[in-house]
Amino acid sequence: MQLMEGEKEEILTCVKEVLGENSKTHENLVPILQQVQKRLGYLPALAMDEIAAGLKVPAVDIYGLATFYNQFRLNPPGKHEVKVCMGTACYMTGGDITMESFERRMDINEGETSPDRHYSLERVACVGCCTLAPVAVIDDKVEGKVTPTRVDGIMLTLEEGREETGINEEESGPEEGDGNG
Amino acid sequence: MGKNDPQKIYENIREEARQQDQSRQDKPLVMVGTATCGLAAGAMQVKEDFIREIKNKDLNAEVIEVGCIGHCYAEPLAIIAKPGFPPVCYGNLDDGLVHRLVEDFLAGDDPSYEYAMAALERNDEFPTFEDFPRGVYEEKLILEHCGFTDFSRIDSYIARGGYSALAKSLSGEPDHVLAMIKEANLRGRGGAGFPAGTKWEACLNKSGDEKYVICNGDEGDPGAFMDRSVLESDPHLVIEGMILCAYAVGASQGYLYIRAEYPRAVEHVRHAIKQAGEKGLLGSSILGTGFSFDLEVFQGSGAFICGEATALVNSMEGKMGMPESRPPRLTDQGYRGKPTVLNNVKTFAYVPLIIERGPDWFKSIGTPERPGTAVFSLVGKINSTGLVEVPMGTTLRQLIEEVGDGLPEGCEFKAVQIGGPSGGCLPESSLDVPIDFDSLHEAGAIMGSGGLVVMDQEDCMVSVARYFLEFTQHESCGKCTFCRLGTKHMLDILTDITRGEGDLETLELLKELGEDVRDGSLCNLGRTAPNPVLTTLRYFYDEYKAHIEEGRCPALVCRDLILYYIKPSKCSKLCNVCVGSCPTEAIYTRDDGLKAIDQEKCVKCDNCRKACPTEYDAVLRLSPPVLPDEKERKAK
Repeated sequence: MQLMEGEKEEILTCVKEVLGENSKTHENLVPILQQVQKRLGYLPALAMDEIAAGLKVPAVDIYGLATFYNQFRLNPPGKHEVKVCMGTACYMTGGDITMESFERRMDINEGETSPDRHYSLERVACVGCCTLAPVAVIDDKVEGKVTPTRVDGIMLTLEEGREETGINEEESGPEEGDGNG
Repeated sequence: MGKNDPQKIYENIREEARQQDQSRQDKPLVMVGTATCGLAAGAMQVKEDFIREIKNKDLNAEVIEVGCIGHCYAEPLAIIAKPGFPPVCYGNLDDGLVHRLVEDFLAGDDPSYEYAMAALERNDEFPTFEDFPRGVYEEKLILEHCGFTDFSRIDSYIARGGYSALAKSLSGEPDHVLAMIKEANLRGRGGAGFPAGTKWEACLNKSGDEKYVICNGDEGDPGAFMDRSVLESDPHLVIEGMILCAYAVGASQGYLYIRAEYPRAVEHVRHAIKQAGEKGLLGSSILGTGFSFDLEVFQGSGAFICGEATALVNSMEGKMGMPESRPPRLTDQGYRGKPTVLNNVKTFAYVPLIIERGPDWFKSIGTPERPGTAVFSLVGKINSTGLVEVPMGTTLRQLIEEVGDGLPEGCEFKAVQIGGPSGGCLPESSLDVPIDFDSLHEAGAIMGSGGLVVMDQEDCMVSVARYFLEFTQHESCGKCTFCRLGTKHMLDILTDITRGEGDLETLELLKELGEDVRDGSLCNLGRTAPNPVLTTLRYFYDEYKAHIEEGRCPALVCRDLILYYIKPSKCSKLCNVCVGSCPTEAIYTRDDGLKAIDQEKCVKCDNCRKACPTEYDAVLRLSPPVLPDEKERKAK
């Protein structure tokens, strides 16, 4: 993923600060990664390299941890984050079809972020609302019974404001307050 | 310290809680179910609607949030408790119904029974949930208060007798708690069914002061959400169980390991821990005794394997969550190398009940060797989806046909999948198997986490097996060769079969590989990963055969083996719906005005079949993917 303007500096400062706040031990690796992700929204390759250098561990160790745990993401989140549930009940009711519909509409693959960072698309393993399958989580709001037609409807609302990105940064997704992902 | 002190202190706390609760009971109370499933169905909107309507009418009523009552099919749900009436539960709420309930019931005195699901107390006017067909079989122990109690107030828990088991135990000796649990023969609810008492005793017998109690809330099985429900809806029950365990084994620190995907559960539990601390029920000198115990929430980073005990502990120590070979058991060398008791959410939730009501009461439920209840999440092709709790020994048939109210019309039972990715698919002939750890194991499935998916003729067994294997393959930590490479190879074979490739010999290979992975893996993830494949091979061999020999998917699911076709004799010139529904513009209008599909462009997304009005039902899936001959295609 191409870094945006000024992003490199932001990453370097962030890693430097986080490393400064934690003791540089191997046991602290997960908390460090969590903190960096919390601040940047994801773990850029550059950040992982910097952490590796800072802790004097091979970069592959960092990459290993970051890919072992599903919580860590290597792509920046889009302005709109879409997570398609691939739990059992969702799969049985066509979760893969839902995923494909999103992929087609967003023109990206599962696990990717669109180049203008308007969308990111992920799969999640069961959000625990099996009775509403197939389920997708759109910007932290759980949507039930997401058929391909519903995908089209959702995409219409998400497309709004795509052109004027940067002018109107207001999130259009409703806030649940507690983020019931 | 006097022997009666904890009891006395507790009585004071309880009296206070009772008064607090009493003052709330004088006015009408609206309880909206806002567990994760309720929220997804729009519970927050319902809550706002209630608040707005009540304000408009200037009524003195309170709206609170409660957890999940297990009747997920009817979400969003609310319970209205008005003095002078039995509490009544209403389902499928929308703004119109909310308006009506506020006007007729809260402002007027008409409970609008025509919209009610059930009453919560026995009365002469309206049936209760016990009168439901599932009520006959259901026996709610740990789910008893889920969805009926205000999870955010510890007073609600205490007023109903919560923490009295703790007060009682603290006035006695720790071994009394252990003796009760052993006597009750409580078996761990994480899936394997290891006796909890034996585990606790092993930890107790280890010397040293530093011991840990960990609650495993890393519920990663897709399709299971009972632990989430208990943690969200009745967190104090689990906390009290953990404190009792800590007292029994002599631990002073505990952790609730909750997966990051459950932010609401994390939030509720943290809130509950704080409240318990403020009441002196957690922290140092609990209820004035010399016993101290602290609890913290640890958020998992999201890895299925971390549900395995040793992997969970490794991940808490900041390592990759890879399992270790046992022994040493966690009770010998667990978290930070110290003796550790690790139990499932549900196991801890039973503990206060057993202490309070006695081992004999517990043993009177379920079967003698496996007392108690089992919690299942019913999903798939079943009418009453949701969470149910039934005594051990209930048969699968009772669970599906009575408790779950059978399959929806037009669905014909094919298989039931139990235990998630580690479980198996059982056919009709296995439905009379009683639910318990051992019987299910014999049939090829496991109890596991309690996810239960009902499947019908439209579900492809090969595809299901492939789905579960894809999951375990992805979640395999990579430590054991068989699990890492074996599952990958099995997945490749299954993927080929869903494309109609392969021959019958590959099925033999698949079976052999499955058995090797089962025998050659260290932890239960690997040992059980082949279960979905082995059981479907055992019970649904013909379906595999149809894929391979005929290139046909009997359930019309595997997309490489089907094509979409609009039957001219059913299609109507007057309708255009499918054309607009197609995302790839594959549907065109023929010269005669009927519709047809350009197979080159079709992505088999099923949109057109769903869009086609039921009176025409003209879009068909054909398998094997061969178009009918020219003559029929041209026909009107």
